[in-house]
Amino acid sequence: MNLHPTTAGLLLAGILFVLGLISVLIRRNIIFMLLSVEIMLNAAGLAFVVAASHWGQADGQVMFMFILAMAAAEVSVGLALILQLYHQLRTLDSDEASRMNG
Amino acid sequence: MDIAFIVAALIAVAATVRVITCYNIMHALLYLVVSLLAVAVVLYTYGAPFMAVLEIIIYAGAIMVLIIFFVMMLNLGLETAEHEKAWLRPRIWIVPGIFCVVLLGELLYLILQNKQPSAGIQVVPPKQVGMALFGPYLIAVELTGILLMAGIVGAYHLGRQHKKTVHRFLENNLNT
Amino acid sequence: MLPALIPAIPFLGACILMLCWKRISRSAVTVIGCGSVGLSAVVALVVAATVASSGKEPLVQHVWQWIQVPGFAAGIDFRMDALSVVFTLVITIVGFLIHVYATGYMHDDEDYGRFFACMNLFVGSMLVLVMADNLLLLYLGWEGVGLCSYLLIGFWYKDPENNYAARKAFIVTRVGDTAMAIALFLLFEHMGTLNIQRLLQEAPVLWAKGDPMVTLIALLLLGGAVGKSAQLPLQTWLPDAMAGPTPVSALIHAATMVTAGVYLIARMHVIFELSPAAQTATAIIGGVTLLMAGVSALVQTDIKRVLAYSTISQIGYMFLALGCGAWSAAIFHFVTHAFFKALLFMGAGAVIVALHHEQDMFKMGGLKKMLPGVFWVFLIGCASLTAIPFVTAGFYSKDQIIWLSWAAVGGHKAYWLAGVLGALLTGMYTFRMFFLVFYGEVKTKVHHIPGPVMMVPLYILAMLSTIAGFIELPHTLGHVTLFSNWLAPVLPAVQMAQESVALEWASQLISAVLALGGIWLAYVWVVKRPQGMVDFLSMPGQVWLQGFWRRGWDIDALYDALIVQPFVYLSNINRKDLIDKIYTGTAQLMEACHNAMARTQSGILRWYIMGVVLGAVAILSVLIWRLHEVS
Repeated sequence: MNLHPTTAGLLLAGILFVLGLISVLIRRNIIFMLLSVEIMLNAAGLAFVVAASHWGQADGQVMFMFILAMAAAEVSVGLALILQLYHQLRTLDSDEASRMNG
Repeated sequence: MDIAFIVAALIAVAATVRVITCYNIMHALLYLVVSLLAVAVVLYTYGAPFMAVLEIIIYAGAIMVLIIFFVMMLNLGLETAEHEKAWLRPRIWIVPGIFCVVLLGELLYLILQNKQPSAGIQVVPPKQVGMALFGPYLIAVELTGILLMAGIVGAYHLGRQHKKTVHRFLENNLNT
Repeated sequence: MLPALIPAIPFLGACILMLCWKRISRSAVTVIGCGSVGLSAVVALVVAATVASSGKEPLVQHVWQWIQVPGFAAGIDFRMDALSVVFTLVITIVGFLIHVYATGYMHDDEDYGRFFACMNLFVGSMLVLVMADNLLLLYLGWEGVGLCSYLLIGFWYKDPENNYAARKAFIVTRVGDTAMAIALFLLFEHMGTLNIQRLLQEAPVLWAKGDPMVTLIALLLLGGAVGKSAQLPLQTWLPDAMAGPTPVSALIHAATMVTAGVYLIARMHVIFELSPAAQTATAIIGGVTLLMAGVSALVQTDIKRVLAYSTISQIGYMFLALGCGAWSAAIFHFVTHAFFKALLFMGAGAVIVALHHEQDMFKMGGLKKMLPGVFWVFLIGCASLTAIPFVTAGFYSKDQIIWLSWAAVGGHKAYWLAGVLGALLTGMYTFRMFFLVFYGEVKTKVHHIPGPVMMVPLYILAMLSTIAGFIELPHTLGHVTLFSNWLAPVLPAVQMAQESVALEWASQLISAVLALGGIWLAYVWVVKRPQGMVDFLSMPGQVWLQGFWRRGWDIDALYDALIVQPFVYLSNINRKDLIDKIYTGTAQLMEACHNAMARTQSGILRWYIMGVVLGAVAILSVLIWRLHEVS
């Protein structure tokens, strides 16, 4: 295991990202999908921080903070939406919410 | 290669795998907290201690706790776990899984292609981050503030319970 | 201002009648309808006198600039030269007499005013046709008379048969009109003008004799004339056109409109002289038509259809004369034919009214006693049509054609043979009709004796049918050339290849003998009815042949099989419009794409994310592939 630290960090970020993606795709429970999106955002943030340490610049970390803020906003709005959905449909199944089909 | 990094990375991946395979949403959330703490350690090893702290405080501390309270509020019990079990069939996850594995393969391939020389891990102190944040990124910070406000207003608006205008009995009739 | 008044007055009458015939009394309709044409006739006489007194100098009048664009100008220009004067006088005078007659004939019709509105419109259009100084205006009149013909054939529109006949007339003549329009385009393309005088002057400069282009133009003009004048192969509409009221048949389908083709060819004679092939074609069409129509007239049962086929046959004579270069002879025959055919039609109309709208000759008979006045004028008309020597106008005009069809430069013995055979046929069918109607036993009772308003025009026309011949007498009989002298400034004199007086005598003798022989045959056939003749006529082949001729040589059926049925077949195949398929197909393709795309819009979130993943995989694959390309 003689990996370059940047490469190793990016590999971890990639694996976490794809795991989150798989979860989004296979889950029907909408709260799980929200969690999975959080995993993916976190993986992206990790990649930024790894890049920041690679170049020795602060920009990557700044981006991580923005992602953090965005995740917080997203979760608050997302949870409110889920609440509405649950009130409307009495379920958390995202496939049920398919009224806007073509 | 730092031993801390390896351990933390392994824990992060294992916990995340548990998150996506777990049927009980509470367990999944707790695994996710573990995963986030592991990622915080990774961040620390990559010379971003401030980010590691933020990860723990905001992600694991605030966001995850918010979701946990939300789940508790909806009172999703064993029934939900049963549902999850029923929904997670190989027929459903096999094709997306294949595509995601292909995507992962491509990502790994591209990352391993990287032949750029590096000075190793460079520590970027929080002061530098703060200088950048309130210097060149000032506008972005302002916009992030607006985004957060929009999130607050949106959450308040969407989460509001509508007043019931008819009797419960009639409402049930309407729903059926 | 005078020449323009001639068509303007009937047009004005037509406008007044069209707008308010329902609101004015019948007598007012009569006064306006007849008065406008009568007034027009008076003006025409004044104009004719003016032209005559000024040494046949044409009277040209520019009324209005109709079209003025770069490279093309056409005006409402009228030109009264000798030829136009002849036609104008015939149209207005015969038209006036027919209008007067129609006041009696149409007296009980509920659409009395509409009838006169159309008739006035027709007279106006016909006058525009013959007075036009450019071909575009001529074409306007040409289409105007076609429209009026359509309106008047279908006058009794409640019977679908009449509407069918009207449509047939309109559509069949349209074939010829299209040919004529193409001829006009070609003339304009090559000469840059449609002014008739300039065309006539410049055509010989532009084209040598026999030039293919001038032949093409002449043949296309001939096509137009053939359609309008009901000559082979477009003659099928005229017998059916008899569905209209009898005055219409007299005015439009005997005296004036059907001779528009003759006028056109005479007017454009320079073009035809430049093209011997087109002239030969004209003569052959005329000769064949006169024989075929004559044979068909022999076996008709409807009195008006006999006259219709007779008209076709007589116009065939005119075409024969035009084809031989005997221009003035054709016009002379037009004049006499207008008189005696109008007379015959109106006489037949009087008989039809008297027998309560019975047109079948085999249900008539013995009318000599009942309708003596009609009998005498009908006899004069028949005599003139048959060309009984010396006393009838028809003799002078027709014998001139027969003789010239041999003796003129463009003539041929075959034409002459067709002419004299036609004379025999004319005698036969005319007097077969005459004997059937006026002799034999009474089969239908007369219930209405025609009044003076119908009879006076007949007397006048009978007189004209007799004396009109004396303005042009052949070499052998006095040699009067008033008519051809009158036309000399417009139409060149006929060039003779034969000057033999003896031959001319022989020709006249033969045609006269054949005409009289035809009468004798008709007498034997209809009145005497010997057993041998009856047996011969009832042989199976004979019966079939008679039916064949009665149906006009089955040309209708031929066209039906050759043109109508394939067209109907094709349109049935093409019921859903093949060309439209391109457009509906595009729309359907779009709709299919839409449906396919809409299916992807399932509303299931995971599908959409799957799409994103696929896109990411694709983009990264391309990226990796590019990396390998570079390295």
